[in-house]
Amino acid sequence: MAVKLPIYLDHAATTPCDPRVVEAMLPYFTIVFGNPGSRNHRFGWEAEEAVDTARGQVADLLGADPKEVVFTSGSTESNNLAIRGAALMYEKAPAGSGQPRGHIISAIHEHKAVLDPCKRLQKEGFDVTFLEPPKDGIITAEAVAAALRPDTVLVTIMWANNEIGSINEVPRIGALCHERGVLFHTDATQWAGKMPVNVERDSIDLLSMSGHKIYGPKGVGALYVRRRKPRVRLVPLQDGGGQERGFRSGTLNVTGIVGLGKACEIAKAEMDADGERILGLRRRLEDTITGRLDVTQINGHREKRVPNITNISFGFVEGESLMMAVKEIACSSGSACTSASLEPSYVLKGLGVGDDLAHSSLRLSLGRWTTPEQIDYTAGAVVEAVSRLRKLSPLYDMHKEGIDVSKVEWAKH
Amino acid sequence: MAYGQKIIDHYENPRNVGNFGTQADVKGRRDIGVGLVGAPECGDVMQLQIKVNPGTGVIEDAKFKCFGCGSAIASSSLATEWLKGKSLDEGLSIKNTQIVEELSLPPVKIHCSVLAEDAIRAAINDYRTKNGMEARERTAASAH
Repeated sequence: MAVKLPIYLDHAATTPCDPRVVEAMLPYFTIVFGNPGSRNHRFGWEAEEAVDTARGQVADLLGADPKEVVFTSGSTESNNLAIRGAALMYEKAPAGSGQPRGHIISAIHEHKAVLDPCKRLQKEGFDVTFLEPPKDGIITAEAVAAALRPDTVLVTIMWANNEIGSINEVPRIGALCHERGVLFHTDATQWAGKMPVNVERDSIDLLSMSGHKIYGPKGVGALYVRRRKPRVRLVPLQDGGGQERGFRSGTLNVTGIVGLGKACEIAKAEMDADGERILGLRRRLEDTITGRLDVTQINGHREKRVPNITNISFGFVEGESLMMAVKEIACSSGSACTSASLEPSYVLKGLGVGDDLAHSSLRLSLGRWTTPEQIDYTAGAVVEAVSRLRKLSPLYDMHKEGIDVSKVEWAKH
Repeated sequence: MAYGQKIIDHYENPRNVGNFGTQADVKGRRDIGVGLVGAPECGDVMQLQIKVNPGTGVIEDAKFKCFGCGSAIASSSLATEWLKGKSLDEGLSIKNTQIVEELSLPPVKIHCSVLAEDAIRAAINDYRTKNGMEARERTAASAH
């Protein structure tokens, strides 16, 4: 049977809702529509019950207590609340004292939703160390240990990177932070729901996750906030009705929360089987592409990656034109021409991938319903597109003539 | 990026892809002018080669290769079409704004047309200096 086009291989950007999730959500739009904050009638009670169930499902996925789950609008909000909320709550010196208000450790290849709150705090008087990863993209506990200071208030290191899938040493970094009495936050958007989490075993104080990355709806996510050893307090981002233990005022998004809960329940049950199947498909994709094309590079650590993401650079072709050539395959590129900023991927640059190869990268991310037929079609289409574009590429000619393209004196423009 | 039909057409069916020989081959040929502009780390490199009739000074053939986005490929493909049959002076009068207009390049892709104009000038000037003429700037002022 012919493969249905286009093929969606951008699951690291977002996933379709699982039909089981949609089904679970539907009654809460029209029948059980109450405000969980309404304490004195059945409509409110039933909505609250649904939220409690979902809170349990999220907690169960994370190995947490349900009371430690704060519902948010998604990972961006969770990250902002965790980072800004913790920094302001635990600052070591008041603003304007001439001293740094406190020290935060993060990394240069974090998501913007972590980098930008850190940079705002930097402007407001905090010191921030942005660790630079080695070429494999992995931040180690040793790298964090070397950056710790007596006034460090927070370490925020993502679990798996969204562009290359590389896995940072989260449990070891967590253990280190607990040993030194420093709070540890991890942006687990690309990890939770795909790989096992246990906030106790992994020594995590704050963890961000999103519904739409794990076959749940968009616009809902969660922040895990540790309640004991230590009891973490946060300055809220917004004031109002004091919902979510005061961490996050605003009427709860009941339908979204029900969907997130269901998505977590399914993820927990199917994680192992899904992960193994997807890893097999990714290997097949990578092996075919790298076997049939020369001068390709898989970015990030070869093994220590989440199973669903691959990021491949193709020497001598440019990412945007490559994406145009594989227009039946929905994926992402690190190319400047595909970004609003006209800069190539800062994540790949941060790994020391040359600008030329950063421009030439594709991120393909697989999902729950990706089939072997889709993978074979994709591999064939990518090989054909790269081959065609290399026939057009003056750089590939130079490479074949034995000229080292990186040593040519290019006129910058 | 949602592109117009003309860009897509040049991208999918690029005109005059190729060269008149390797970098080393064409270096010594006085009837060939080569322009190689851009840089890999900026995400686009254009190579434009023109073959000139020494008697008439007319550009008889033009070939390109391009590492770059769809707009860069389309701009250099269009440049080869426009150069064929033109005199060197006529070639130098091609402005990037004409390329922008012809292809309906979106504003963020204007630099691709600038690069194409640079490639045209570099190729023509390579031919001129190889043949004892001085390099020349654009023959008509263009704004970009």
